[in-house]
Amino acid sequence: MALARATIARRPARPGMPPARLLLPALAIAGLASLPVVYLILRALEVDRASLDLVLRARTLEILVSSAALGLAVGVGAIALGLPLAWLTARTDLPGRRLWTVLTAVPLAIPSYVMAFALVAAFGPRGALSQALLALGLPALPSLYGFAGAVLVLTLATYPYVLLGVRAALLHTDPAIEEAGRALGDRRRTVFWRITLPLLLPAIAAGALLAVLYALSDFGAVSILQFDSFARAIYVQYRASFDRSLAAVLALMLIAVTFIVAWAESRVRRRALPLAPTSRRPARPVHLRHWRWPALAFCAVVVGLALVVPLATIGYWLVRGMAQGEPFRVLAPAAGNSLLAGSLTALTVALFVLPIVFLVVRYPGRVSGWIERVLYSAYAVPGIVLALAVVVFVLGAVPLLYQTLLVLTLAYAIRFLPQAIGPARTSLVQVSPRLIEAARTLGQSEAGAFRSITLPLLRPGLIAGAALVFLTTVKELPITLLVAPTGFDTLATAIWGAATEGFYARAAAPALLLMLLAGATVGLLFHGEEQHR
Amino acid sequence: MRRAACATIVLVILAVALGACGHSAPQAITVYSGRSEALVGPLIERFESETGIDVQVRYGDTAELAALLLEEGANTPADVYFAQDAGALGAVAASGMLEQLPAALLERVADRFRSPAGEWVGTSGRARVVVYDAAALAPADLPQTIDGFTQPAWRGRIGWAPTNGSFQAFVTAYRLLNGDEAAREWLRGIVANEPRRYESNAPIVQAVADGEVDVGFVNHYYLLQAQREQGLPLVANHFLRGDDAGALINVAGAGILTASEAPDQARRFVEFLLGDESQRYFASETFEYPLVAGIDGPGGVPPLASLQQPDIDLSDLSDLQGTLRILQEEGVLP
Repeated sequence: MALARATIARRPARPGMPPARLLLPALAIAGLASLPVVYLILRALEVDRASLDLVLRARTLEILVSSAALGLAVGVGAIALGLPLAWLTARTDLPGRRLWTVLTAVPLAIPSYVMAFALVAAFGPRGALSQALLALGLPALPSLYGFAGAVLVLTLATYPYVLLGVRAALLHTDPAIEEAGRALGDRRRTVFWRITLPLLLPAIAAGALLAVLYALSDFGAVSILQFDSFARAIYVQYRASFDRSLAAVLALMLIAVTFIVAWAESRVRRRALPLAPTSRRPARPVHLRHWRWPALAFCAVVVGLALVVPLATIGYWLVRGMAQGEPFRVLAPAAGNSLLAGSLTALTVALFVLPIVFLVVRYPGRVSGWIERVLYSAYAVPGIVLALAVVVFVLGAVPLLYQTLLVLTLAYAIRFLPQAIGPARTSLVQVSPRLIEAARTLGQSEAGAFRSITLPLLRPGLIAGAALVFLTTVKELPITLLVAPTGFDTLATAIWGAATEGFYARAAAPALLLMLLAGATVGLLFHGEEQHR
Repeated sequence: MRRAACATIVLVILAVALGACGHSAPQAITVYSGRSEALVGPLIERFESETGIDVQVRYGDTAELAALLLEEGANTPADVYFAQDAGALGAVAASGMLEQLPAALLERVADRFRSPAGEWVGTSGRARVVVYDAAALAPADLPQTIDGFTQPAWRGRIGWAPTNGSFQAFVTAYRLLNGDEAAREWLRGIVANEPRRYESNAPIVQAVADGEVDVGFVNHYYLLQAQREQGLPLVANHFLRGDDAGALINVAGAGILTASEAPDQARRFVEFLLGDESQRYFASETFEYPLVAGIDGPGGVPPLASLQQPDIDLSDLSDLQGTLRILQEEGVLP
């Protein structure tokens, strides 16, 4: 153990001032991400005293607390599902490991309201499963509506954040540290608790943070499951009274919560063991032996709930609709638009995340801490807030670009950038500055060293981040509806447009296409990753 | 680094090129439609092929599009706002963003289905009804007024959608007819019966069909749509007594933005929505009531002429903040 700890390199003690070529782009990106907050402050200032009493009620605080509880529970749930799945798919001889890797990641692309709808259809009072239980004379399922259902659905929608981040960290961690622990006589379990887990802590915390913030900003699932979350209160304010200033006051309160959560995550990260910047070689897979059966069962249950149930529900809608004469529509333009917007956003985020992650890892401090928190705030506000902020600022500053794909891509990028920070950080902490120095001594230019050393080592983290961003972009709805070029239909808007009017059969085809697209993308990315190793 | 630079350049070029496509040509109008593509997409295609006017449609939630219009102000690229309920049209009109429509257009529909100032016009009617499980209930079991559902016999059997715009319009109507205190009383009575909440009307119909609840407060056409997709012979609509707030008839309607650069084309669009072809489309495809006289309504529901409308001016349904306040204070909304 002593040896294991000794091999772990520490971060530079005093980082000093970041160079301008790092700080300026990072500040520019943070500036973009701060637009929602600035917009909200401008709107909130318009509120008059009398209406302010309306939102500053005891009930508002109550909803804020229950929303926080929801976020916390979803964070814990996402770890409970994501961590074991990551370990099983990255470090063991689990049968069908590659297939499970793809299947467990795809649920990220299922819009949370579709997942909520599917689970209600399956497990609701007269859903398919309840009927089967009833026929067998078994007791009814507990109600899916309310807190428990919201936690279940949002956990299933967000565990891939933990899974993909931790998986990237596991593929990265130098097995030598763990092997040293073993060589020093520690049992495998002790090694896991004392070495592996502390090494994974940053990735776990980053993934859980995304899950918590997603739960705080979600509107679709909580409204179907009839849980009064804070984001729902904000939407109600917009929708029922067209009062944007009161909604702004509520949204600022939500952002305050975001700052607290993001701060807590950074505290956890500070306590973690930094990953060692050393050579990489794949760890020897753990032989599960008879444990492979419970492991398989675990994977099957998660994939069953998060993927098979939604797929089955959608398939049922499709078949039922076609039986009633509903034609099967091919949605090539919508699928093309989703693919285009998703790829452009993933690419943009991969670029944006570079200065951010270098700043955060190499120059930790107050400035980088605040930049990070601002970025997270754009992720945690309800989508409509970010959309309206973009509308106001683009019309005010660059009206020519209003409702263009460029603005849509930038809006998505600032929305989803935080998803790429965790995985990229996990990769970057392993690129030792000494490695770069060595390359420089050997005559490489700075750009050359970046290209030949830093970028290849960063690659898996960037890919994991880009995958997360792609999957969430293709399902994004509120920003797409308000900011996209007029007539720019995506699969997500096609699903919504049909399902919102109760045309479930018509929603089925785009929903299936969306999952197919997601599965193919994840499969391709992981395939590339395996080739690269 | 060079690869990154190349990627950026490609990205920008692609984005600007694609973005440029989004801006409208002169013979084109932009419609912000709070009515979904599934409902009105085919109708808009017919308008395009008949007039040669290209229509760019932004589909979205009616209230969110109203918020978008209010943020855009005079810079809005929209020519027409096609909304799902009168309240949202009223909110946009109240900020002075809708132009006065020509009398010839307004007069195609009855007074009660258009803005008194002439800033928007109803294009189709939607009646509030109680959808019920016909396997469990006979029409005679159902109350004639919405107040009847506050009886303890309905405990645990009601589905409603308090976040839904149509429901909130009904609550506003109730306040106008019976006063705020009576409205609070009614809400308390229903809440005491532990209704199940849904996020919109379609899931309520589904819940009645699935047996989750026995009755639901919805608009009349949701059942007709669900029946086309799934059959559902054992679910039916119940129309409340004509003078009851529960018998409110709201409208979907359209207004023209004063910022429009193609007001003539925009007027042709609204005219088309009020034309016989569109009115028949609403009756047969979206199962709403045509508002222009002489067009038959959808099958399976009583004709519009036979429905008494409670004595309310739709433009008076604009006190949304007041309704929201009551709904929140009674714990119905977050």
